[in-house]
Amino acid sequence: MTAPQQRLAEVLAAIPYVRFLGMTAQLAGDEMTAILPFSRHLIGNTVLPALHGGVLGAFMEMTALTELSIREPLRRQPRTIDVTIEYLRPGRALTTYARAEVRKIGRRIANVHVEAWQELRDSPVAALRGHFLLSPAE
Amino acid sequence: MTGDAPKTAQHMAHGVPHAIALGFQFVSADNGVAIMKMPWREDLVGDPETGVIAGGAVTSLLDHVGGMAIGSAFAAASRDGATTSMATLDLRIDYMRPAHPRRDIVARAHCYKLTHTIAFVRASAFEDSADDPVATVQAAFALTGGGAR
Repeated sequence: MTAPQQRLAEVLAAIPYVRFLGMTAQLAGDEMTAILPFSRHLIGNTVLPALHGGVLGAFMEMTALTELSIREPLRRQPRTIDVTIEYLRPGRALTTYARAEVRKIGRRIANVHVEAWQELRDSPVAALRGHFLLSPAE
Repeated sequence: MTGDAPKTAQHMAHGVPHAIALGFQFVSADNGVAIMKMPWREDLVGDPETGVIAGGAVTSLLDHVGGMAIGSAFAAASRDGATTSMATLDLRIDYMRPAHPRRDIVARAHCYKLTHTIAFVRASAFEDSADDPVATVQAAFALTGGGAR
């Protein structure tokens, strides 16, 4: 395993809430794709049915945190400062994917954009922009 | 006013699988202001070093209580018990500080403006006092029908 793969496995295994959601992730080279299989406990609208808006937000926030954690060794988990979540389409009863793009990584603060999609990469269900506080390992 | 909460609020408190999975508890919903509680749970922890509950769980709580505030504002405005469904358009969350480990998180939302198509909501999450929030939210929701227009 490469260092990022090792860190990815460790980060995901350590967080109880990641297991609660049922989230996993794969690394292809240096590109991480986060994966959220559909599960009944993630439903927010029983009529459609659709994923809870909070689930999509949570999944994308966790994708951003994981991306930052595997990029470089951090003394502790990054902390979320703020996030803006945009909902574009209902999250249907399907597997959801997400990728994070680190727009800027400073000494203390990172800016990350995330996009989540289901069947079609070009038809995202939701997007997130956020700032995160870093504690670099010295 | 926990006894005669509008139908939308009742459904949102007890009929939504993700709300049940996170253990949300209905506190009140009246005239555009809704309050819910999320008890601390080991499996919702986001940072195992500190035991602090995951930001994502708080996001779900704030989104949910926002929807409930809209349901109660809509019921109050329509005066005939009409209900509406809604979809979150955007949600901005600012995290003031980590939540205290092993403490219930309370979320309070206020739907301060309701048009025919859009609802605007402010919300915050805290343990004891709204003056010392863990997180604050500004959100807009689209009303997607189901009730009187």
